[in-house]
Amino acid sequence: MSDRIREKLNILADAAKYDVSCSSSGGTRKNDTKGLGNSHTSGICHTYTEDGRCVSLLKILLTNHCIYDCLFCVSRKSNDIKRAAFTVDEVVELTMNFYRRNYIEGLFLSSGIFKNADFTMERLLLVVKKLRLEQNYNGYIHLKTIPGASDELIKEAGLYADRMSINLEMPTEAGLKLLAPEKNHADVIKPLDFVQKQITQFTADKKLIKHVPKFVPAGQSTQMVIGATPESDKDIMYTANAFYKNFSLKRVYYSGYVPISNDSRMPVLGTQPPLLRENRLYQTDWLMRFYGFKVQEILNDANPNLDVDIDPKLSWAIRNMQHFPVDINTADYKMILRIPGIGVMSAKKIVQARKFGKLRIDQLKKIGVAYNRAKHFIVCLDSPYQLKDYQGTQIKAFILAESKSKYLKTDNNQILLF
Amino acid sequence: MTYIFDGSLQGLLTASFEWFERKPGKVMLKSTEMFQPEAFAESLTVMTDATKADRVWAGLQKKLKKEWLRKFYCSYLSEIPEAYNHLFQFTLYIFQNQLGAENNYGNEHVIALAKYAKSVEREKHRMEAFIRFQKTGDGIFYASIDPDFNVLPLISNHFKNRYADQQWVIYDLKRKYGLHYNLTTVEEITISFTNGINKQNPSSILMDEGEALYATLWKDYFKSANIVARKNTKLHVQHVPKRYWKYLTEKAPV
Repeated sequence: MSDRIREKLNILADAAKYDVSCSSSGGTRKNDTKGLGNSHTSGICHTYTEDGRCVSLLKILLTNHCIYDCLFCVSRKSNDIKRAAFTVDEVVELTMNFYRRNYIEGLFLSSGIFKNADFTMERLLLVVKKLRLEQNYNGYIHLKTIPGASDELIKEAGLYADRMSINLEMPTEAGLKLLAPEKNHADVIKPLDFVQKQITQFTADKKLIKHVPKFVPAGQSTQMVIGATPESDKDIMYTANAFYKNFSLKRVYYSGYVPISNDSRMPVLGTQPPLLRENRLYQTDWLMRFYGFKVQEILNDANPNLDVDIDPKLSWAIRNMQHFPVDINTADYKMILRIPGIGVMSAKKIVQARKFGKLRIDQLKKIGVAYNRAKHFIVCLDSPYQLKDYQGTQIKAFILAESKSKYLKTDNNQILLF
Repeated sequence: MTYIFDGSLQGLLTASFEWFERKPGKVMLKSTEMFQPEAFAESLTVMTDATKADRVWAGLQKKLKKEWLRKFYCSYLSEIPEAYNHLFQFTLYIFQNQLGAENNYGNEHVIALAKYAKSVEREKHRMEAFIRFQKTGDGIFYASIDPDFNVLPLISNHFKNRYADQQWVIYDLKRKYGLHYNLTTVEEITISFTNGINKQNPSSILMDEGEALYATLWKDYFKSANIVARKNTKLHVQHVPKRYWKYLTEKAPV
């Protein structure tokens, strides 16, 4: 018995790991029923794998049998791998016992498509219903929406799940057509839109009626695979931006493609996953969501791809030197947020602290500003007087000279002189 | 001038009460443990007084929002000797200034408290993440910890709310006390361990039958979830510093 379950877990966890969504935040579920579990507003990462990614949820597929043959997916029909399927009870037992030991924050349940979409969605629904209704489980549940499943099933699932997600897979329709001819973006958009409308409906009802059940309280997310097809960073981020806008997504995940197939349309096996590019895309995503940048400011026809050697915030600043230097003691919060080397926390502290007197360099350092970076873009009370106006490119050279990229070992753009 | 207090939160609050009664000018606060008499410096031993402490606390409650009262308490729980003096100076600063003075991040005591509180909250969050319960033969879920700061008072509610239907014990081996949840309330306990018992990983005969299986399954899962092509040890260790590995079932040698 234990050997069989071990084997299943190995196969089905391995198949699920390419879905990068790990977040367990945004849930509001309380343990009012005195059962097991609750949501933690900011989520908890219970451990990290050796590749440095957080493990928050028990992330598994119900089965890796699949009727589709998407080239970028390990579970594709034509791939010669071991197949397995959990029973509903096995998933419930695993979740409950892992949760009780504080291993996990909840369950992330996805599945290959077997028979058809509705049949698959029904099985997923059985698991979450059993957890919520029979086991009195109030922990986090992230459930995959199966494209093509009926509205009734999706709506019912939303009553038990905390977050639902459905993957775009490729940033553009053309890319998707190339690698997964049976799929299209419309199949993803329809359920995303449906769930979003339901969420809006339930929230509106809540204002009028006191006891409205929760419906996907932690919202929806999606994922795009990066580097499997030749899209530019601009294509990727414009798609992401549109999805954030149109479907109020909580997150868009960017997953650097890890080669798993030797098909000629894809990067060859053994190619390094594009970790640096993935990092730059996430930085852009953060700038859009927390720093008040418009995607068009960072990526446009003149700059269709992000800089490799510097982060997008610095790169924007260097292209727009007319806004700098910014006076820390007078500029408004929005502008302070745009200074390289100053994050959201520091910006907030600066705005509070300067009410008590003009700020000096040493205070900025203590507040948490990365001063060596920020100094090129700011003036404060005791900034040294500067005769020369440096060009953006010169500042870039200064900053690069004193910082060492953590990606340096994979980045060979720099030619050594000596 | 140095004030010496007994290390308790009440003592610390009493100290600022005493200062306002005497107004002796610049004063350092030290705990009895850390105090070393100096030849030419005066010192005063503060006698902890619950009524005085309560008055100071009530005063702080009027001056500070909840968020800052928590930062104050967290800084105290850090048990760092310098933190006591910062707390003392911060209290004086708050009482001597207008409402809202705690937002002056240019002030060294304000920023110090913000930093201590951040470290303590981080440790608290790590405990919520890294504690691993083991189910014992009598059905109690047991975990032992030795956190950098005294965070048990901060994590009690989290575990009580989350694990409402199971009995659990979290034991701080460093500070020699623990919490026990008996399905209704959380109580402070001390355990007198039998000599020679492994407090971190009690032997398997004391454990529930299913314990070994789930520990193995969890280790398997941890291995399967890793993507070898993305290996990044530096990031891994940054997120899970080595000093916590001893808690972690998935990091235990097979």
